Amino acid sequence: MNAEAEVVLAARSLPGLRRIQKWWTFFKISLNERLVYRGDFMLGTLMRFLPTLTQIFLWWAIFESLPNASESANGPTGQIAGYRYGDMVAYYLMVTISRAFSSMPGLTSGITRLVRTGEIKKFLIQPIDLLGSLLVQRVAHKLVYYFIAALPFAFVFFLCRGYFLDGWPDLEVLFVFLVSLILSFVLGFFLEACLGLVSFWLLEVSSLAFIYMLLNFLLSGHMFPLELLPGWLQFFVDWMPLKYLAYFPAAVFLGKLDRTEMYEGLFVELVWVCLFLALARILWSRGIVRYSGFGG
Amino acid sequence: MASTETQSIQRMPVVSRYLRVWYTFCRNSLIRDMSFRTDFILQCITSMSWAAMNFVLFKIIYRFTSSIGPESGWHENEFFVFLGTVWIINGLIQLMFMGNFDEFSEMIRTGGLDFALLKPIDTQFLISFPRMNWAQIPNVLLGVGLVISSVVALWHEPGKDLGFAWWTIFAYLFFVLCGVVVMYSVMIALASTSIWLGRNQNLYDFWFYITNFYRYPMEIYQRGGIGWALWGTFTFVVPILVVSNVPARVLANPLGGSWRLWEWGYAGLGAFMAVASLFASRWIFNRALRSYRSASS
Repeated sequence: MNAEAEVVLAARSLPGLRRIQKWWTFFKISLNERLVYRGDFMLGTLMRFLPTLTQIFLWWAIFESLPNASESANGPTGQIAGYRYGDMVAYYLMVTISRAFSSMPGLTSGITRLVRTGEIKKFLIQPIDLLGSLLVQRVAHKLVYYFIAALPFAFVFFLCRGYFLDGWPDLEVLFVFLVSLILSFVLGFFLEACLGLVSFWLLEVSSLAFIYMLLNFLLSGHMFPLELLPGWLQFFVDWMPLKYLAYFPAAVFLGKLDRTEMYEGLFVELVWVCLFLALARILWSRGIVRYSGFGG
Repeated sequence: MASTETQSIQRMPVVSRYLRVWYTFCRNSLIRDMSFRTDFILQCITSMSWAAMNFVLFKIIYRFTSSIGPESGWHENEFFVFLGTVWIINGLIQLMFMGNFDEFSEMIRTGGLDFALLKPIDTQFLISFPRMNWAQIPNVLLGVGLVISSVVALWHEPGKDLGFAWWTIFAYLFFVLCGVVVMYSVMIALASTSIWLGRNQNLYDFWFYITNFYRYPMEIYQRGGIGWALWGTFTFVVPILVVSNVPARVLANPLGGSWRLWEWGYAGLGAFMAVASLFASRWIFNRALRSYRSASS
């Protein structure tokens, strides 16, 4: 029985269970889809740390060049924007974790393709919600990713444990960190889904997606800690949703934020999630009204 | 008529025959690029924005430090000569080869390589050059612009001894060329692996991660055990560090004054590695071709 037929059948069975069954089937399919390429995955994950390796040496050289720098057991002393050398490396490592949650490769382009090829019609006919099914697929893919990537991640973090100068944060911080990661996943998902849904109005959203990617790279903290930005930009970046995709979870973990800032940030993140969720819903319902499909 | 033309081509010296084919490749690619103009312009903007972002990153870094590496001499202007050089080399590689190697791994998967093998022309030549990505030209020009403006700034910097002579510019161009040759060789060696592996899905990623190492002055690796190991590997085994460091040193002369002995040696290594890696990669490519078994149709 093919997957879609299974979903439709599931939808016809017991009314109370059918919703859960439907999503569970989606989840299972996506899970298996991803497990096929596990070898490729592990290698890819390890390679992902190569740029971090150059960052380690780049910042080492930079910290050593600071006026009156001296060597200690943990590498050069001195600070840049409140970051010691170890903090800086730890920051880049933590950002790889944030990005593992918030990055959504292929989501925008996937939705665009559905709209352009007309495949989106299937979501208009079948009792399946587009955003819901994409979300379930994403969760499954991400879970598989964490499951497989856990080993290379643990390996790299173990090797680099010396850079975490203050050791593990306390439980409360750890909890906030975890929540911020999950929220960053949801935020990343709905943000990129919104971009994809714009394709109901614009045929080609790739340039829009590119601008988003560029801003994301620069202003989410992916490339460097946001504290390094000039002051006038920092104010702006502080209220943007982008910083929650990379900077915020890392900053929480490294104890860069005090308690109030931490919870304030979490609250703002939640607000952004709700906003983009609502926006995605609106774009979808307006979009399908606009949409016209022929043939097929 | 056609047969006399064929005959005249056959009588041409080998080099001009290949140049002629190459010229046709360039022209065809340009025609193709120009028929999708919006896409072309978008691609130009895309690649230039990446460069701009790179620039911003280092502008921000130099807000906090005066040089990358103590006493390495890579101050802001010197470093931007380096960065511009990286853009030029990277741009040239992407302009001439990147698209072709993407195509190559696809040819292996589909068995399209059969047709390339049948043509009366060197196979490596045929798979290396057919498609030019003209949208990369702005990137190269951006690099040239950055190099020129940084050199001019260095020229006016008080107390900076550039050691500029008339031949410096030729030496720079020569070593940029050497750099392109090394990068091409690394790329063809990498692409050859896709013959053995069936299809190398991660080729582009792998390329990105490897070239990541040559985007910084080699001095940053010269510390700690792992650093020195990286420096050694990427200088002598996969010589991508010489690619960017030699030409940038020629022009920016980060240490000032006349060159030290090791700097001369390093430049010599750059030239030697260009030749050596070209031969090595040719050997790897031919070895890999022997394992090619085509794909079922």
